[in-house]
Amino acid sequence: MSTTDTVARAVREFIVANFLYGQERTFKDTDSFLAEGIVDSTGVLQLVAILEETYGITVEDEDLTPDNLDSIGSVAAYLGRKMNGVAGRGPEVQDGVQGGKA
Amino acid sequence: MSSLSTISPDLLRLDASRETERIVARIRELVFNQLKRKGAVIGVSGGIDSTVVAFLCARALGKERVVALFTPEADSSPDSLRLGRMVAEHLGVQSVVEDISPILKGVRCYERRDDSIRKVVPEYGEGYKCKIVLPNLVDSDRYAIFSIVVQSPTGETRKVRLTLSAYLGIVAATNFKQRARKMIEYYYADLHQYAVAGTPNRLEYDQGFFVKNGDGAADFKPIAHLYKSQVYQLAAHLGVPEEIQRRPSTTDTYSLEQSQEEFYFSVPLATMDLCLYGKNNGIPAADLAPAAGLNEQQVERVYGMIDSKRSVARYLRSAPLLVEKVEGISE
Repeated sequence: MSTTDTVARAVREFIVANFLYGQERTFKDTDSFLAEGIVDSTGVLQLVAILEETYGITVEDEDLTPDNLDSIGSVAAYLGRKMNGVAGRGPEVQDGVQGGKA
Repeated sequence: MSSLSTISPDLLRLDASRETERIVARIRELVFNQLKRKGAVIGVSGGIDSTVVAFLCARALGKERVVALFTPEADSSPDSLRLGRMVAEHLGVQSVVEDISPILKGVRCYERRDDSIRKVVPEYGEGYKCKIVLPNLVDSDRYAIFSIVVQSPTGETRKVRLTLSAYLGIVAATNFKQRARKMIEYYYADLHQYAVAGTPNRLEYDQGFFVKNGDGAADFKPIAHLYKSQVYQLAAHLGVPEEIQRRPSTTDTYSLEQSQEEFYFSVPLATMDLCLYGKNNGIPAADLAPAAGLNEQQVERVYGMIDSKRSVARYLRSAPLLVEKVEGISE
């Protein structure tokens, strides 16, 4: 499994645990969190907090856009770019994200 | 639907005299016949909305059946009380000042708020001022994530993005203000067997610009169907003092002056009015853009913001939900 796939899986687990309350719901990696009513602006803050804590990145103000954070796929791609940009600083990508830290 | 050539702020023009008479008749029906109350309590902030509601209630119910309530607290602008008094004197209605600072101190509103601010601004303390603001959401696709602006006692300001827990802590604490005010309003309502008038305009009511069980609570809301610019039209017709008609809309909740635009709507209220009208009437963004002073993409973003705020507002407006209908009660 590629790093991107691992991150995508971890983000999905986090979204299901924190925003779907563990309920089964089918959504694709490309589905928009906002359009699907899964995550709103406050939820994005929670998502940002967990990304910063778990992956040791800093999400800059200008990065707070739907292009980076509005789907499983966009979050995984964004994380990939960020972690490449801060190589050596962030922790190893782990399977699973610890929910509810925010 | 309006044709492109007719899309202008004039779309929101109304017959102020006729609308006033319609609302006045409706207030009488709602208060006396439906609510079975003897008059109305209005929290008057010295802003345009509460002033217009006070004028309408005085006309509908009689000046002797209206109580204007002023509820200043430590962060209130002195203008709010001064202008509120001007309204009460102009109308000849009974008025009461209730300083809610002791209530707020009792529930540790300021202390809780400041503790939350220190999560992102550790030096925040005595002599500092603050407000929370949104980024520019019209010129780029960004999330509506708040920052706090703090001003030190020496006048230096800085802006810091809020974390989730800081944001929630600040909002939960400052919401005590609107809820304390509503508690006092209902004290006077109970005392006189009056109804509490809510003062939201259409932008606020539609977009959830109110605190649940705070300023969102009321027995009737006589201008909730009016766009902000229509409230101004009524104000002019009713003879609201010029200074109140000219006063910029503020939240009067934080110690630094905070416009409703930077706190909630992201665009000037006149523009927001037109965009909400456009959205409600199916006007394409490209057609509305020239009248709104925005480009097509910006109007699309405002339309998107309207949708997302509406989805949040559903919870704010929601009455308590029941597992099943309770028989024997007609509501």
